[in-house]
Amino acid sequence: MIRGDYILKRATFAIVTIFVVITLNFFMFRVLPGTAVTNLAKVPNASIQLKRVLRREFGLSLPAWRQYLDYLIQLFHGNLGISFANQLPVASNLKSALLNTLPVVTIATILSLILGIATGVLSAWRRGSKLDQLSTNAAVVIYSLPTQWIALILLIALSSYLPTAGTQNPFQIGPVSFWAHLGDQLTHMILPVITLVLTLYGGNTLIVRSALLETLGEDYMLTARAKGIGKSRMMRSHALRNALLPITTLVALSLGTIVAGAILMEVVFSWPGIGEALYQAVQQRDYPMMQGGFLLITISVVLCNLIADLLYFKLDPRIQG
Amino acid sequence: MSASLSPARIAVEPAPDGTPGPAAALRRNARRLVTLLRQRPAAAVGLGLIAFFVIVSVIAPWIAPFPTNVASGPVYAAPSARHWLGTDDGGIDVLSLVLVGGRVSLIVGAAASAVAIGVGGLFGVVAGFFGGWVDILLMRITDYFLVLPDLVLMIVVAALWGPSLSHVILVIGLLLWTSTARIVRAEVQSVRERIYVRRARTIGVGNASIIVRHVLPQVAPLLIANAVLSIALAIFDETSLDFLGLGDPNGVSWGIILEHANDHTAATYGAWWTVVPAGLCIAAVIVGCYLLGQALEDALNPRLRISHFAFRSWRLRPLVGRGKEAT
Repeated sequence: MIRGDYILKRATFAIVTIFVVITLNFFMFRVLPGTAVTNLAKVPNASIQLKRVLRREFGLSLPAWRQYLDYLIQLFHGNLGISFANQLPVASNLKSALLNTLPVVTIATILSLILGIATGVLSAWRRGSKLDQLSTNAAVVIYSLPTQWIALILLIALSSYLPTAGTQNPFQIGPVSFWAHLGDQLTHMILPVITLVLTLYGGNTLIVRSALLETLGEDYMLTARAKGIGKSRMMRSHALRNALLPITTLVALSLGTIVAGAILMEVVFSWPGIGEALYQAVQQRDYPMMQGGFLLITISVVLCNLIADLLYFKLDPRIQG
Repeated sequence: MSASLSPARIAVEPAPDGTPGPAAALRRNARRLVTLLRQRPAAAVGLGLIAFFVIVSVIAPWIAPFPTNVASGPVYAAPSARHWLGTDDGGIDVLSLVLVGGRVSLIVGAAASAVAIGVGGLFGVVAGFFGGWVDILLMRITDYFLVLPDLVLMIVVAALWGPSLSHVILVIGLLLWTSTARIVRAEVQSVRERIYVRRARTIGVGNASIIVRHVLPQVAPLLIANAVLSIALAIFDETSLDFLGLGDPNGVSWGIILEHANDHTAATYGAWWTVVPAGLCIAAVIVGCYLLGQALEDALNPRLRISHFAFRSWRLRPLVGRGKEAT
């Protein structure tokens, strides 16, 4: 019963948040003075007829609640509007962008987690040693470097060795074997992935270290030591297992950082993903794309948070709703 | 640390007429800061870094060797005796740009942090002090803002609003207050139950006056620690917004220097000198704020579970948390 309660509570929160996001998305673009669709009707030298046609086409003459209702209905039919820039449905634009973003972000998140856990455990184990100080200080410095700066530095330093733009070689003509194509795509991924890993690494290490240190101070660790369990077993089955909880949280929490990092990274490396799409939409004032991108990113973040919550619940039997 | 705090807390218990008011609290906090700097070298290093950049930014127009709006050399000239850090895509001296650019970054950082602390402090104090449905409502709003990815929301609002310095400050400040609200609320909840506050209430002191005289002085140091940490986050966000072309289009800032380097393909010229200095300055200021803010926070509340930066791991677990304080 309690378990069901907890899951229900978290799921309700996620659903309500998504509604808040959708509503925010609607009002931000329509109600803020002088923006979006109001601007659209302000085409320079627009005749009164054109304005009227535009108003009718976008349903601007209807009352706000009607517009909101229409927006919701269209949204649930998967209609995100038509991009001003390339006249294609926003949904299909976003889908291809998402397919480009996901592999890079997934690989980078996993790599940065592995690295962060490894160094975090090491420095918590040897707390106060030279190694710990070095690792912690390095993590703080790496954490403080702006993503776009890391990306630009990598770009300048390695541009003669690795591809620095796009997802594949645009000059590859004719039929190419599957493996050659895959290899090409993977080499294009190297710099974006390194950038994101560095962006996430600093925070990960610091959190793993502090989570472990807190666990090491618990009473059951003292008991384990009194029982005479070896240090590595103590670390593995007592400390790390309990520290898994904050680490799960960490993944959910770094979502904001991952999103921000991905946007900046994609802009530098011209990676045609969600971040680049949002950036282009901002540059071209392509409002339907901006709206769609904002919605997609925020809803995925909310859903990932929900998954992390449920995972946390599964990992920690002590939680009671 | 906490042992040395408790006598101070007893000392602050006011006489019925409330004489040890804000002035005494201020003196006590100043003393605490000096002790902190002496005990924690990291805090001193952080304060030193921040002070260095503030001073440099203030005197930048006088020490910048060249103007930042006119070309003073060839395009993308490498560092030389004349141009210590070379020139950028318009032949403008990079050293001068970096010196002057610090001003906008620091102003935005400080102003946005002030907005965030104002909103977050207000939310936290009101929610923590009054409790009940006010608390539930305000914390629900905070929870929604906490889940949304900051930068994306900032990008959309800044794009709709149009690029300008004041917009950047407001956008960052209005989206950065959530963790402050939570931290302040937790602290206010504990202050509210202290004996001297209860006594003040018993003798009929009004809510507003209790908040101003008794709650705020206790929360102030925590607010300062949060403000310092928020500055770092605000500068991070400002740099990103500038980089995406959403900053003040006529201004010079560290983020805009990086944006220019990216837009005008400094990389193809191998012009590392247009990129490296601005990034290092950003990192140095952020490390400074981080060291000082973290030390302040640790000293004030060593058992703090919710925090900015890397230790925000507990920030989002308000409904799940283990402790009672977390709910």
